[in-house]
Amino acid sequence: MTRQEQLELKKIACRVRMGVLTSTHAAKAGHPGGSLSAAEALTYLYFKEMRLDPADPKWDGRDRFVLSKGHAAPALYAALALRGYFPVEDLATLRHTDSYLQGHPSMNLVPGVDMSTGSLGQGVSAACGMALGAKYKGQDLRVYTLLGDGELQEGEVWEAAMFAAHYKLDDLCLLADLNGLQIDGPVARVMDPAPVDEKFRAFGFFVQVIDGHSFEALEAAFAAARAEKGRPSAILLKTTKGKGVSYMENQVGWHGKAPGDAEYEQGMAELTAALKELEGETV
Amino acid sequence: MSEVKTIATREGYGAALVELGKEHQDIVVLDADLAAATKTGVFAKAFPGRHFNCGIAEQNMMGAAAGLAAMGLVPFASSFAMFAVGRAFEQIRNSIGYPRLNVKIGASHGGISVGEDGASHQCCEDFALMRSIPGMVVLCPADEVEARAVVKAAYQYQGPVYMRFGRLAVPVFHDEADYKFEIGKGEVLREGSDLAILATGLEVAEAMKAAETLAAGGVQARVLNLCSIKPLDTGLVLKAARECGRVVTCEEHSVIGGLGEAVCAAIAEAGVACKVKRVGVQDEFGRSGPAKELLARFGLDAAGIAAACRELLEQ
Repeated sequence: MTRQEQLELKKIACRVRMGVLTSTHAAKAGHPGGSLSAAEALTYLYFKEMRLDPADPKWDGRDRFVLSKGHAAPALYAALALRGYFPVEDLATLRHTDSYLQGHPSMNLVPGVDMSTGSLGQGVSAACGMALGAKYKGQDLRVYTLLGDGELQEGEVWEAAMFAAHYKLDDLCLLADLNGLQIDGPVARVMDPAPVDEKFRAFGFFVQVIDGHSFEALEAAFAAARAEKGRPSAILLKTTKGKGVSYMENQVGWHGKAPGDAEYEQGMAELTAALKELEGETV
Repeated sequence: MSEVKTIATREGYGAALVELGKEHQDIVVLDADLAAATKTGVFAKAFPGRHFNCGIAEQNMMGAAAGLAAMGLVPFASSFAMFAVGRAFEQIRNSIGYPRLNVKIGASHGGISVGEDGASHQCCEDFALMRSIPGMVVLCPADEVEARAVVKAAYQYQGPVYMRFGRLAVPVFHDEADYKFEIGKGEVLREGSDLAILATGLEVAEAMKAAETLAAGGVQARVLNLCSIKPLDTGLVLKAARECGRVVTCEEHSVIGGLGEAVCAAIAEAGVACKVKRVGVQDEFGRSGPAKELLARFGLDAAGIAAACRELLEQ
């Protein structure tokens, strides 16, 4: 990845964050915290890693993505809109009664969404089924799924992990957004899933732990995951919940609360300034 | 009916999967460590690369089935009814029903005729759970011929289907050569207008026996086979209600949320004046015992049905 490419990805991630604020503010509801922590991962997936065609969202040969932490829909929708699946202006209709942008992803309503999710622990099983299906059909494609760290408390995640390793789903790449917070408080205090890396390793995964906000780290980890044969991959993303919006960072209260007008203005001002700085950077 | 074969409907499930599997490469089968009992084991033997054991992990099995369907395959996911739809209800609701994915759920061991294993394994809630999911088709074949027809109809249908099969060997009364099954259609097995017995699953054969007993006493009972619990053949149900004025529903399921309530709703909403009695498992759990003894004890055998019919006639 050239420095120019990296700079472009940083700008897109900043716009994804703006989309998260715009949509949750307009919805007066939604989950900004865990959307902001996943901005780089989703940006990298949709703008660099995955083979896809926004003009043909159901193209059979595309790579698949399942947002197992479905409440990060605002970030997914922003990435999809910026990638050209639907108009960016539509983000402001999130969660509105007549909108196709449901509170949690619906594969039958939102172009580019490969699986309906929202109930934690389920998306990862569907991703396993997709990877198995691709293998069965002899299709050369990869399946990505993003989980939250609170989500790792769901037993189904570990049923799926067993399944993925048992069927040697090496085209499955599981991402876990370890932002450390869930609704009721710090993940470590509510019900600690640690050590997450050792758990996935014990379940038979090729595990990498990286800075989830670094595009360089994402690039290297995805490349290593692609090269790994005979077992599934897990990329554990160390992230900051609410990343990029000062008053939301590491604040558990911003898990599932929308910014009010003043908060929205402040957040957008911060992101606009960050974007301007990126645009002024030369490589 | 002198020499009647008895075969469990689950046998028909396995046999039909093999038949279909020969023709359709898009069929794959999932099981949760019960392949010998659900009879998907015969498919595994015929097509080892197309049968995926998920281990004792029903939630993941349903989610994986959803993912396979999203890739354009037609997965049949199997376990005992209790674990398929009880344990994994929410996965079926959110990962299969909501996205309307083309998953076929083949559940064996429905109802109390599971027998000796007892209440923990006797699912009498599956119709209620599956009926409540928007767009879910719910089928419960009465014999092995119908079971095979049901599996083929489920494959032809685009969308999620729940099929309930039984453990107990039951009489085969359909003639394979001329039996046609259609989702949403019921079947009149016996004409009569004193009352109508509307049954599903193994209760159909019991209802036929009950009708014979009643006939000996001068009562002509109409008998309907309602394999398609959802969608229900409302036309056939209302015709029976109008012409007979008395309806007894029979199911190896709780009287709450199953065929009986579906029939009651159809009759009440149509404003048909008709007395109804629901034969089924009352608001209670099953227990251990030989299947036939349990059917008698819970009033689900021919004698129990005939008694319920007489009670209704006396009202």
